[in-house]
Amino acid sequence: MSGSTIIFYILAALTLVSGVLAVTTRQIFRAAIFLLFSLIGIAGLYFWMQYDFVAAVQIVVYVGGITVLIIFSIFLTQQAGDLLPRQKMGRQVFSALAAFCGFALTMLQLYQHTFKATTGQPLLPTVSNIGDRMLSVEENGFALPFEVVSILLLAAMIGCIVIALRSKPTTA
Amino acid sequence: MEPGLYHILVISAALFFIGVFGFFTRRNLITMLMSVELVLNSVNLNFIAFNKYLWPHKLDGLFFSIFVIAIAAAEAAVAIAIIINLYRSHQSIDVENAEEMKF
Repeated sequence: MSGSTIIFYILAALTLVSGVLAVTTRQIFRAAIFLLFSLIGIAGLYFWMQYDFVAAVQIVVYVGGITVLIIFSIFLTQQAGDLLPRQKMGRQVFSALAAFCGFALTMLQLYQHTFKATTGQPLLPTVSNIGDRMLSVEENGFALPFEVVSILLLAAMIGCIVIALRSKPTTA
Repeated sequence: MEPGLYHILVISAALFFIGVFGFFTRRNLITMLMSVELVLNSVNLNFIAFNKYLWPHKLDGLFFSIFVIAIAAAEAAVAIAIIINLYRSHQSIDVENAEEMKF
């Protein structure tokens, strides 16, 4: 068992265990912290696959951005120290059953399917290759989706401001 | 045995259904949003694994996951704006208390 394999299993265990704790703990702040560790584990898996750029994006956007946003909204909307209400047993059992059946079905498909790898000159996911592809307008270029996503982000930003704006009490 | 594509697919399927379980059981809007983030992350992991092990001569999977990350960030921001607005009008972010979606 090589060092790389051991690191892979450690990262997988970190991701899955903190994922399970994030959806089962009854303290909402702890759930956010476990989610943070799960996202860090996924960034570690990207590093393990040597996709450094995606791992960096994952850490910057998810760990640095979304988790902090979630923690701030917890502070704004929850009373400190409150436990989430306990759920009905029947709902938990049926949810676990549904999730487990879906997982088993996926595993069955995965077990029966063999993937065929394509051959060809590998294109390394270095930052310069990614940048070339992202802004190229030729075939296999991603300039159009890039522009569409930037418009979407602008629209989402304006939408957030409009939604969160405190409306003035109408006195007319 | 060296971990490969199948190991990563098993992890990502497990993470996906952990997120689905959380989405079914949680009744609090913020924790439901956290479950959705877990689901989106498992999809990203799948895209990167397929890119690395099956189509190494392209970067399509990588670009898909980058765009999914960007859209997930926009989605989380809009969702939290809506949640905070709902808290202002209902003083609660439990889905059971937000049955009437009008003022």
